[in-house]
Amino acid sequence: MASELTITVNGKQHRVEATSDTPLLYVLRNELGLNSPQFGCGSETCGACTVLLGAKAVKSCKLPVSEAAVGAITTLEGLSTAEELHPVQRAFIEEQATQCGYCGNGMIMTTAALLSKNPHPTDEQIRQALDDNLCRCGAHLRIIRAVKRAAELFEKEGA
Amino acid sequence: MADEPSAWNESWEEDSDWSETGAIKKANQVDDWLAIDRDGTVTVFSGKIDSGTGVQTALAQIVAEELDVPIERVQMVMGDTARTPDEGITAGSTTIRLGGFALRHASAEARRALLEMASHRLDAALDELVVRDGVISVSHPPAQTITFAELMGGKRFNRAITLQAPLKRPEEYRIVGQPVPRLDLPRKFVGAPSFVHDVRVPGMLHARVVRPPSSGAELVSIDETSVQDARVVRLGNFIGVVAEREEQAMRATKQLKVEWRETVRWPEMEELHAFIRRQPTSDDTVREEGKVESALRKATARVKASYHQPFQAHASIGPSCAVADVHADRAVIWCSTRGVYPLRDELANLLQMRPEEIQVIYAEGAGSYGHNGSDDVAADAAVLSHAVGMPVRVQWGREEEFAWEPFAPAMEMEVHGGLDKQGNVIALAYDVWTPPHIAGAQLLAGQLISGQPPKPPEWFGGGDRNAPTNYNIPNQRVKVHWLSGLPLRTSSMRSLGGAANTFANESFMDELAAAAKIDPLEFRLRHLVDLRAIEVVKNAAEHAGWGTPLPSGEGRGIAFAQYENEATYVATVAQVRVDTTSGEVHVKRIVVAHDCGLIINPDGLRNQIEGNVIQSTSRALKEQVTWDDSHITSLDWESYPILKFSEVPDVEIVLINHPDQPAVGAGEPATVTTAAAIANAIFAASGARVRQIPFTPKRVKA
Repeated sequence: MASELTITVNGKQHRVEATSDTPLLYVLRNELGLNSPQFGCGSETCGACTVLLGAKAVKSCKLPVSEAAVGAITTLEGLSTAEELHPVQRAFIEEQATQCGYCGNGMIMTTAALLSKNPHPTDEQIRQALDDNLCRCGAHLRIIRAVKRAAELFEKEGA
Repeated sequence: MADEPSAWNESWEEDSDWSETGAIKKANQVDDWLAIDRDGTVTVFSGKIDSGTGVQTALAQIVAEELDVPIERVQMVMGDTARTPDEGITAGSTTIRLGGFALRHASAEARRALLEMASHRLDAALDELVVRDGVISVSHPPAQTITFAELMGGKRFNRAITLQAPLKRPEEYRIVGQPVPRLDLPRKFVGAPSFVHDVRVPGMLHARVVRPPSSGAELVSIDETSVQDARVVRLGNFIGVVAEREEQAMRATKQLKVEWRETVRWPEMEELHAFIRRQPTSDDTVREEGKVESALRKATARVKASYHQPFQAHASIGPSCAVADVHADRAVIWCSTRGVYPLRDELANLLQMRPEEIQVIYAEGAGSYGHNGSDDVAADAAVLSHAVGMPVRVQWGREEEFAWEPFAPAMEMEVHGGLDKQGNVIALAYDVWTPPHIAGAQLLAGQLISGQPPKPPEWFGGGDRNAPTNYNIPNQRVKVHWLSGLPLRTSSMRSLGGAANTFANESFMDELAAAAKIDPLEFRLRHLVDLRAIEVVKNAAEHAGWGTPLPSGEGRGIAFAQYENEATYVATVAQVRVDTTSGEVHVKRIVVAHDCGLIINPDGLRNQIEGNVIQSTSRALKEQVTWDDSHITSLDWESYPILKFSEVPDVEIVLINHPDQPAVGAGEPATVTTAAAIANAIFAASGARVRQIPFTPKRVKA
């Protein structure tokens, strides 16, 4: 039975067909056809499914879609515009900050949330902020460098 | 030029999937490997796959270099039974060595064909022509040029690969050897479809498999009316639920009432080591030099130690997923298998179809590091699509992945060594108990449908990897005790037996050094003769500041190996801090010196080495599969923890480039030395010798 919910994703409103207890992840992937939030664990422990709810990074694999309907949702697809990549995306490409890339969505979204709150994080703060995002390939050090580069890009461009 | 010795011409076993020319013999036309379109795009067909390592970029560099086109114009098609050559399985750090060899020769042949065409069209001799960026020009006035695209006009080459076309010399390289950015990253970082998880087919249904509680369990009863919104498929002990929506399929797995009879009891976890040593084995002496027993008797000091490797999980971040669209006489399966052709044959058996009727298309999964659930989920999707007559997507759950993927096998190692009075190793006897590390056909769906256990292994290998060392020891014997299998399902994981064997060998070298009262670095150098081995060991030690003072509670450990005793040289120095009260180990810094011959892409190589180091640090410190009487109990990231950001050491890498030496691969070598380097550092820091992976605080304290 349709939930009659509406969610706002990347600036657009969408009518949700899934029941209201369906985790947001499945609505984003299967109803909206988005690719970036990935299924990793279903228990909010790996971070592959991270999206922004308002300015906050949240895991979407358990969060009922009804609870996500309260704010604006941004996915990785919504960070960039057709003309320009978001500084965090550019920094991740410049630092070649991944191996397989499956965790990349969560890393980038968590970084975007971190830098919006703390534009000059220390190494320690970066590690802390990303500690609940798992990477199995071992790209951690590149990711830390990418976060720092993103912070520099923000500063340089006054973003 | 072709017959000059070069970095690529070293001959390996002839005529096998593991020989360099094997793939070219099966696909000997240039058109099998590449095509030049009217717009100048070079489409490359590789039977290897990129499992997230970035190797597609390295292969594209090889093509761009040898063909003389800008890399931006190269598009890679990898692992598609309808389009790419059969290059077997992507494994063993061989994609550059084997896949790169084939593409290099195909590209060189294509370049020669283009030069011949240009010579004709421009009425110039071959030696008057120069090639740059896909354009051929006459080297003297009047200026005349023609592009590859114009020469080809959308046509095929129709030319065999002779292996005789001139190859570039390493000193001519402009693209190989450069840190070309990964071709796949921009797509992945904007959320464009990149993974098998993102494959969507019109009319696609979502399915889940309802797993038995333990392996070998038999279905007693099933109440198909207990689920709503999902169709139940039952074939023997294989049960699937198929629904229009993914959440419906997920719900149905919980709702379905099924009763099972469990048939299997596993040995107690604590008994595993003894259990392995008790099993019947077939033994294989893989090295015998001198007289070990008498040398051991004559030794002035003898050391003996046993080392233990647990079952470990690939623990891919993205659980296995596949999409299948199966009709009566045609099937397409998208999955992240490492071998599209071998899987196609297995699926043909399972679906009772002819292999030619099945197309297997590789779509990237999350990093897999070996044989995980990727093939199994492809079979699940194929069977379910076949049953319902619609395209089906199957997504494994996190617990399902941890419970059912084939694990890296547990292993037991025992080493005896003898020293003379100068502290030289005069005798070394090494024994390893292991099952084969590469499982043959054993798709879970096939086993569940037929009720038959997997076929016994046909090939015994992998567990002996790096069982012998590269040290110069006059009397040595290395014996492999092959078990036909283990109670838990196993298959290949990064470096196969190389990690456990090097953990044992390099921990033991440290134990011998301690017995001889010689510095572990000095001790290793005494026993090495190969200059490239000495070079990596010295580089790692020097860069790590070997011998310089450390704060109390900290120590350094070193380990060396030549992967497979004939490929990449790697030396690792770990620096750790040990809390002797709690037994907790913090790995602060790891330095690796790495020599894999010719470097194709230094940044891609660094990325691979960093990944190997961090993942193998995680395996050494934290990882083991756990179970009770017949159930896996390490089912999530809490019960199977991996290294997190807050725990990751600094990694420093010294790359040693030998452009005149074969490019021998980097996907695994830096995995093998880490555990021993850490164990040796723990010993240096605290005096505790850990011989069992993972190095839990309890084991460090004991």
